[in-house]
Amino acid sequence: MADSPTPNLAEAAAPTPAKKKGFKRRAFLIGGVAVAGAGLFGIKLSDSRAASKAAALTTGKGEHNFATWLKIAEDDQITIYSPHTDIGQGSNTGLAQMLAEELDAAWDKVRLVSAPGEPGFANTGLARGFLGEMSGQSGIVAGIPQSFMSLIARSMDLQITGGSSALRYTGQVTFQKVGAATRLALIEVAAERLGVPAAELTTADSKVLHAKSGKSLRYGELAAAAAALSLDSDPQLKSPKDYKLMRTSVPRLDLPAKVDGSAQYGMDFTVPDMRVATIMAAPVRGGKLTSVDEAPAMAVKGVEKVIKLDNAVAVIAKGYWSALGGLRALSPQFSDGGNAGISTASIFKAYDDLFAKGEPADEAGEGDVKAALGAKPIEAKYQVPFLHHAMMEPFALTAHFKDGKLNLWGGMQDPLASKMFAAKVAGLDADNVTFHPMLIGGSFGRRLPMYMEIVEQVTMLAMQLPYPVKLIWSREEEVAQGAYRPQSAAILRAAIGTDGKIAAFSNDYGQPESAESETTFIYDLPVVARRYYEYASNQQAGAWRSVNSTQQGFYNESFMDELAHAAKADPVEFRRKHLKPGSRHLAVLDEVAKRSGWGTPLPAGVGRGVAIVESFKTIVAHVIEASVKEDGSPKVLKVTTVVDAGSIVNPNAAAAQIEGGTIMGLSSAIGEAITLEQGVVQQSNLTDYPILKLADAPAVHDIHFLNSGAPMGGIGEPGVPPAAPALANALFAVTGKRIRQLPLLTQAKA
Amino acid sequence: MTVAPVMIRCYPARYWERRKEQDVSINLKVNGKAVSVDAEPDTPLLWVLREDIGLTGTKFGCGVAACGACSVHVNGQIMRSCSIAVGDVAGKSVTTIEGLKSADGTLHRVQQAWIDTQVPQCGYCQSGQIMAAVALIQQTGSPSDAQIDEAMTNICRCGSYPRIRKAIHAATGKAAAAAQNGAG
Repeated sequence: MADSPTPNLAEAAAPTPAKKKGFKRRAFLIGGVAVAGAGLFGIKLSDSRAASKAAALTTGKGEHNFATWLKIAEDDQITIYSPHTDIGQGSNTGLAQMLAEELDAAWDKVRLVSAPGEPGFANTGLARGFLGEMSGQSGIVAGIPQSFMSLIARSMDLQITGGSSALRYTGQVTFQKVGAATRLALIEVAAERLGVPAAELTTADSKVLHAKSGKSLRYGELAAAAAALSLDSDPQLKSPKDYKLMRTSVPRLDLPAKVDGSAQYGMDFTVPDMRVATIMAAPVRGGKLTSVDEAPAMAVKGVEKVIKLDNAVAVIAKGYWSALGGLRALSPQFSDGGNAGISTASIFKAYDDLFAKGEPADEAGEGDVKAALGAKPIEAKYQVPFLHHAMMEPFALTAHFKDGKLNLWGGMQDPLASKMFAAKVAGLDADNVTFHPMLIGGSFGRRLPMYMEIVEQVTMLAMQLPYPVKLIWSREEEVAQGAYRPQSAAILRAAIGTDGKIAAFSNDYGQPESAESETTFIYDLPVVARRYYEYASNQQAGAWRSVNSTQQGFYNESFMDELAHAAKADPVEFRRKHLKPGSRHLAVLDEVAKRSGWGTPLPAGVGRGVAIVESFKTIVAHVIEASVKEDGSPKVLKVTTVVDAGSIVNPNAAAAQIEGGTIMGLSSAIGEAITLEQGVVQQSNLTDYPILKLADAPAVHDIHFLNSGAPMGGIGEPGVPPAAPALANALFAVTGKRIRQLPLLTQAKA
Repeated sequence: MTVAPVMIRCYPARYWERRKEQDVSINLKVNGKAVSVDAEPDTPLLWVLREDIGLTGTKFGCGVAACGACSVHVNGQIMRSCSIAVGDVAGKSVTTIEGLKSADGTLHRVQQAWIDTQVPQCGYCQSGQIMAAVALIQQTGSPSDAQIDEAMTNICRCGSYPRIRKAIHAATGKAAAAAQNGAG
């Protein structure tokens, strides 16, 4: 989940990555291409040296590799290597569907495994897709040769999962083409062997068929010869009407192991002789370890060693419980890095001061907003807190340094970047470092390469230990040392003309990074201003599921509701007036109004709220029906959702993402907040960082996909952003009280 | 200026005072098999299961019984194994996620319902969710929505709750009642 993907090792290596100024990830991507131009390299699906190394790593006897990502065995077993970490979205099943569809593979003999964290498996399709999206010039990007894209991906160590990108880039740009090109190669070999024209051959169920003669050849028999052919780099893809696997809800490939306890996450990894470590970093981010008396930890049974790092102390023991006991026995002293003055209140004050000063770091929009707003605009200030990812599996990574080689095992959102980072920390050549990707117990952006301090920590421990060591973060450490969605504030202003339409709309927002390149403002207004005020606290500016669209969606869609009420208009009708006729947004809004029974009577005490947000090229609208419980907390009764992601690869898995995204959005809106006092995170565990539970999840959730045929958008993240404003707007309909600060639980109780 | 570490609020002092205890041999039954472990009696059952017995299906999530990822059955009762001392389960019978399948490898009907309903996303919490659901069904036969709300307090960050509810109903033959929950 997250924005763009350049792991910057120098940045990530710094123990206090609080100030990310100049960390222009998108600029790097786009700049890289700008100097490159097109036509420098021959067109292939992957460039040869790295690809042949990758193929050698994964291809055994009787197995044949195609374009790095695909392996066909002589017994017809088909293996697909995914450069994505399936962090629970089901994206790997979707990727397998896409490749298998174009290949006409027999689905029951398809398996998908994580690609090794090696340069040959760097994700070219993703580089190509993101370049197009973020440069806004997809035509130019499409003209860049694949081999050059491959070099870009490799130079960025790009093997990331984020930006809701797996299916729409890796899938569409790479996997469908690999499947189609391999199919053509298999047909070519079959035509020669059968002595018939290729045009007379068809494929199905991992076989090439010749209808006239009734003969057929298995893919497994053709694979060796086909693998020797060079693949067509731009094969014709199937028409959607011919799909057999895509757009169907095939069961996810990874679920059987997730219901019987056999799935192996990073936390579960074990090797003989392994020790377990746990760690505590400076409570004030930016601080250093100044002193620690090791004796109390060493007195704990099972503890073997205390290791001091620059900004943390780790205890190594026979098992986790001993390590934790040892750590808790210590009284380490840390400096505060000069950050002890930072608090939740000081951050909001910093934003207020910047707003008052009125000198934005960046601005976008059109028209003379000052003139159009006039002297007395409608104005509202919104504030949202830091949000924690709270992935269910706390960080756990194992490392072993032996005979000059470093091996790491665990789950990160970018195995290749993790490997390169570990090599840098260890001072080893990348060839001597191997990262073995394992299942991930949730991530939501937390395990992105920008925030992988655990890789640095475990590498530093392993380099000074003679045995393998698994570093486990306690939940307390995981909560206190997050890469939070930034605390943010915004002042929204608008003027409504005599025609009841918005004459001008401005959004002044304070954050550590600009939201401009990533968020989409959907309304068609004559005068708009979006102004970014930059302030970075001592916290990392994290990418939290759907990134900037969470807070920006809340600001814009709550304020649109305020404007509707100010104009004495129905919130759906008011939005309709400001969306382009014939637009996808309007179609989504109309559909959600229709399906939710918008405007029909509700029981007393129940309100309806609507919100519509586009993120990662997918438009999602929620209508939420909610009431207020006796204790003042909200009760979500029903959610109606309409999604236009262009097209959907696996409807059931996509629905699960929308369900889960909605719940994560509601959970954060209702109760989640990370707060700071004296530079220290005040929350300690899931006891004081409340995650929504089953009883409070929507009892009814109706989800509908429009499938407009627009270019495919993401699905993992876009369900999140409209959830908070739709709920806040529903509660306004019940209580008449506008919610301008999250989480709303503290408001409801006030 | 230096600052002391944040107060650790969730661990009672007794956890840290007991460290001079000696390992003792503790006998228990895990998934039907007699097991003997040498451990300090106050070690949480979770870590004995995961590190000493090698059953990693039971997950560590929070360590303070807040999330339920470590849920197991002790003498048939649902318990959060991160917060039970192994000494307290001596002589008792523990069932983990690995012990739910029948001897011939057939999935428990709750596990099957979890697949049929496509419940898991990241899957990390699902061992605990399934153990909680099995306990609830053993207790109630066919739980109502209100009973599910009350009993299923394990956290799922991926938000698989609507499908958990649906799968519990499916496992107890009440699939129709849950049909409107969730899409697909």
